[in-house]
Amino acid sequence: MKVRDVAHLARIALSDEEADRYQEQMDQILKYVEQLSRIDVTGIEPTAHAGAVFNVVREDLITAAGLSQSAALQNAPAVAHDQFRMPKVVE
Amino acid sequence: MNVADLTIAQLREAYRAKAFTPAEALRALAEAIDRKDPAIGGYLSYDLDLALADAAKVDLSLPLGGVPIAIKDLINVEGHPCSCASRMLAGTYTAPYDATVIRKLRAAGAIPFGRTNMDEFAMGSSNENSGIKPCHNPHDTSRVPGGSSGGSAAVVAARTAIAALGTDTGGSIRQPASHCGVVGLKPTYGRVSRFGLVAFASSLDQCGPMTRTVADAAALLEVIAGPCDRDSTCLPDDVPRFTEAIGRDVKGLKIGLPAEYFAAGLDAGVRERVESAIRVLESLGAEIIPLSLPNTEHAVAAYYVIATAEASANLARFDGVRYGHRAEAADLIDLYKKSRAEGFGDEVKRRIILGTYVLSSGYYDAYYLRAQKVRTLIRRDFDEAFAKVDLIASPVSPTPAFRRGEHHSDPLAMYLADIYTISANLAGICGISVPCGTVPVEGKDLPVGLQLLGKPMAETDLIRAGHAYEASSR
Repeated sequence: MKVRDVAHLARIALSDEEADRYQEQMDQILKYVEQLSRIDVTGIEPTAHAGAVFNVVREDLITAAGLSQSAALQNAPAVAHDQFRMPKVVE
Repeated sequence: MNVADLTIAQLREAYRAKAFTPAEALRALAEAIDRKDPAIGGYLSYDLDLALADAAKVDLSLPLGGVPIAIKDLINVEGHPCSCASRMLAGTYTAPYDATVIRKLRAAGAIPFGRTNMDEFAMGSSNENSGIKPCHNPHDTSRVPGGSSGGSAAVVAARTAIAALGTDTGGSIRQPASHCGVVGLKPTYGRVSRFGLVAFASSLDQCGPMTRTVADAAALLEVIAGPCDRDSTCLPDDVPRFTEAIGRDVKGLKIGLPAEYFAAGLDAGVRERVESAIRVLESLGAEIIPLSLPNTEHAVAAYYVIATAEASANLARFDGVRYGHRAEAADLIDLYKKSRAEGFGDEVKRRIILGTYVLSSGYYDAYYLRAQKVRTLIRRDFDEAFAKVDLIASPVSPTPAFRRGEHHSDPLAMYLADIYTISANLAGICGISVPCGTVPVEGKDLPVGLQLLGKPMAETDLIRAGHAYEASSR
């Protein structure tokens, strides 16, 4: 694992000090996690939800209002024209 | 009478006797916080005016009428801050809505009061990862309160709260409860709605009560449990009257002791306290049965793959756009990367990076999928055990609370200390930590917790046995 590359995928900027330190710690953690590869899981189904709930549906009705536009925007760091403001993405 | 010394049951009795009003109780609690909390750091904030406004219209005849409940800082309460003890959200985020557990608390007359400290985004076992300020163990302030719900445990133990809500993803209710000497109950996955909780690992997170007595935990759970149409993982089952399990004896209850939970690495003092608690349950009529949970040794590895994978997806929402910290940047990718670099702390970054890796193309099968299969093996261990016993008894943590900084540069050592609590989250079963005495360590008496694990949806058994033990040990 190359910490710098994965951090880029995760959209986290790292200092050189962080990258070096995480690299060492991550190598150690992954070495420990390696034990999973030695367990026989032939024919074993993966567990995603411990309680085995399937296909939860409800009547197709409006049961509760969502957030108002002003409530949805109240915590935004930058707002313009009642919308989230972003840096320009196209020239 | 000091309000903060009371249990929920005693406070309700005091209201009935008109000893004081909810507003007076809140003022007394605020005074206790101002006086004691600076040395503990259990609270990030509280808002007396908002709470007094709630108290003014409260119906004292309701099950939790006028009872103030401290809230872990990742649960949304409308109009209150919700920072997850992170620089990402601190000072800039105000919750725009109530979590389902808060809506249910309010409907039962309770008053959310105070935001409790925690490990940032619930990632940690010591509260040392709080991005805001340290939290100390009230029994020895040089030691950690445990985590991630360390603040909730500390304020209940320090008597600056009557009861609190915490969340448990790998032991985050039970372990701090054990280290601080309070009761902490992790419900069955799906028993309590997660709507309005800032998600860490969605398939593992559960919200539960942290209290001074098992009866108080039962009273709180009875209120917050139940189906929720805004959380599709929440189970449709009716909520039993958990409080009716209080006072029922344990005669004929079968309690299993897993060999793997009493193996090497368990502190001798902790072992002695836990074994003595189990002997008490035996003397009360429970049958003790040795058993094995053979996949225990793989639980930590499976957990840190699954939890970090889910965290990396959940925390992608903190991108500096809709809420949270935003860094100055020229382009969009830079805005994401800098905002997250500045907003997140060390452990959160580490886990997001690890989670991103185990989900990445080419590694998904080797790590994430395989960990989910090992999770199935761990669940089967419990299925087989619960075919023979009603409950499983064990320690909560291999040692009493450790010193701040003891595991500082070694995240793996910290992860390994979660060995007795993590399996319950992977299997989705319920568990409780009940105080079972103290061990003397360097001149201080440090609390130890007895863990009882129950079948899915069998919280009643936890409460029944937990209370029977508690009553006989007082």
